[in-house]
Amino acid sequence: MLKQYSFDETAVQTFDDSTSLAMKTENLQVFYGANHAMHDANLAFPKNQITALIGASGSGKSTYLRSLNRMNDGIATVTGKIWYHQVDINEPTVNIYEIRRHIGMVFQRPNPFAKSIRENIVYALRANGLKDKAELEERVEKSLRGAALWDEVKDSLDKSALSLSGGQQQRLCIARSIAMEPDVLLLDEPCSALDPISTVKVEETLLELQKKYTIIIVTHNMQQAARVSSQCAFFHLGHVMEYTSTGNMFSNPQIPVTQDYIAGSFG
Amino acid sequence: MNAKRTDFLATVIINLIVAAVVGILVFLLAYILISGLPHVSWTFLTGTTDAFSGAGGIGVQLFNSFYLLVLTMLISIPISLGAGIYLAEYAKDNWRTSLIRSAIEVLSSLPSVVVGLFGFLLFVVKFKIGFSVISGAIALTFFNLPLLTRNIEESLSAVSRSQREAGLSLGLSKWKTEIGIILPVALPGIVTGIVLSAGRVFGEAAALIYTAGQSAPVTNFADWNPMDAASPLNPFRPAETLAVHIWKVNTEGLATNAAQLSAAASAVLIIAVLLFNLGARLLGNFLYRRVTASK
Ligand SMILES: Nc1ncnc2c1ncn2[C@@H]1O[C@H](COP(=O)(O)OP(=O)(O)O)[C@@H](O)[C@H]1O
Ligand SMILES: [Mg+2]
Repeated sequence: MLKQYSFDETAVQTFDDSTSLAMKTENLQVFYGANHAMHDANLAFPKNQITALIGASGSGKSTYLRSLNRMNDGIATVTGKIWYHQVDINEPTVNIYEIRRHIGMVFQRPNPFAKSIRENIVYALRANGLKDKAELEERVEKSLRGAALWDEVKDSLDKSALSLSGGQQQRLCIARSIAMEPDVLLLDEPCSALDPISTVKVEETLLELQKKYTIIIVTHNMQQAARVSSQCAFFHLGHVMEYTSTGNMFSNPQIPVTQDYIAGSFG
Repeated sequence: MNAKRTDFLATVIINLIVAAVVGILVFLLAYILISGLPHVSWTFLTGTTDAFSGAGGIGVQLFNSFYLLVLTMLISIPISLGAGIYLAEYAKDNWRTSLIRSAIEVLSSLPSVVVGLFGFLLFVVKFKIGFSVISGAIALTFFNLPLLTRNIEESLSAVSRSQREAGLSLGLSKWKTEIGIILPVALPGIVTGIVLSAGRVFGEAAALIYTAGQSAPVTNFADWNPMDAASPLNPFRPAETLAVHIWKVNTEGLATNAAQLSAAASAVLIIAVLLFNLGARLLGNFLYRRVTASK
């Protein structure tokens, strides 16, 4: 029998004006038909930091993350505000394709295109109007370096992306996202399908990338959250229960549900 | 009986059934090829038919079969591609979509004679187009569309959702994702389906008897202007195909060697269809390696 926790007792940090924020949600609600999967999420994400979203499976982490770049369009109803550069990007009039170029996403299972490594990176760039060959080549190298994959694939850019290992594929997906030169990078359990060595590589990559990007990463691996993030939000049954610095989250959680989750004595 | 024995017995029976199916196929092919091939010669393949007796070569019919096939594919591929993409990607799961699906089912189960007669009444008689390549191609399109549409829809749906999400998350439009990301992955399956359906179209007779007609007027193979009456490319001339020719030689042929003629034509038809099947596999594999950049 799962222990009942009050959803009224939450501890969610806010930031004052001295912190520059990349994004922020206000009263974000998500409904899958009649299933109310996300309740009143109020989270703000400081620029150039890694924020981890943790919580049990089914707690709504992916649901929340996918709302941030409107990937839930057509799947779920999302209400509330999503502030990005003073614009509420949850408005129906917003150009979602434009938004997704600024807010990139990497998924749980590596999903490179069934194309060559180079083509994986340049395809979307070309589709967005970048035609200059030299510039494209430059982006390929830059993004692959950014994802710490360049040295492993620089001699085989024309090989199929599907011939790479799982870890390499995931880093290619990261490269593909950062090639768009986004602001924010959303990652949904990017390491859950990877072996420990590949996981370390991806984590190192993320730590490096936060210098240029704001990163929001879903993980149900608490060690991973502790290793990479500076802010940490805990989700429980579709509610954001606690949001604080990662140090506080793991050393001094404020409310019972977080304490139990961190202590591993959940339910 | 213990599990091991049951298993053994089932395996034996299944193997026998498979052997029977393969056996029948091999027998049929061998029979047709052995009785037909000795009568196939270059003059037979390129010669013309005597309009009265049906004797002579099958050059014009062979050309007609290919020309009709090409025209049919030119009409049916774009339509079924659009329909397949719509059903796989855009159609909502509602009564209208299920109505469309049922319509496609019904269309695919129409006997080809019925399709042929419909084409005859509508195009040949009502629209006064007459027995012609174009009437035949449209009739064959009706016959071809449902299978091709379903094949395209299935090939597209088989591509993982995560590929679509990858495209969308990069800011690509749904259409661009579909055409640039999903279609290339599905292409080998689609092409295989197209070539296999080409085989079926190539061998079809019933739908053509009353639409493309049963005569193969000698055409002038030096004249490639589709507007000229004598040009082989003229879509408004009657065009007996190889399959129709076989049917005709057997039913009303007056040639003394009718049996040999139809056997030889059948052998040619079978070889063409086999080549389509083989081509479908090779082309499918080749395309898969090309689009995925895997060697
Ligand atoms: N595409 C979907 N359609 C309907 N319900 C969904 C869908 N995705 C998630 N859900 C529901 O939303 C809730 C939260 O799921 P999710 O966001 O995937 O959790 P997490 O990522 O934390 O494991 C679950 O109850 C799940 O069943
Ligand atoms: Mg999830």
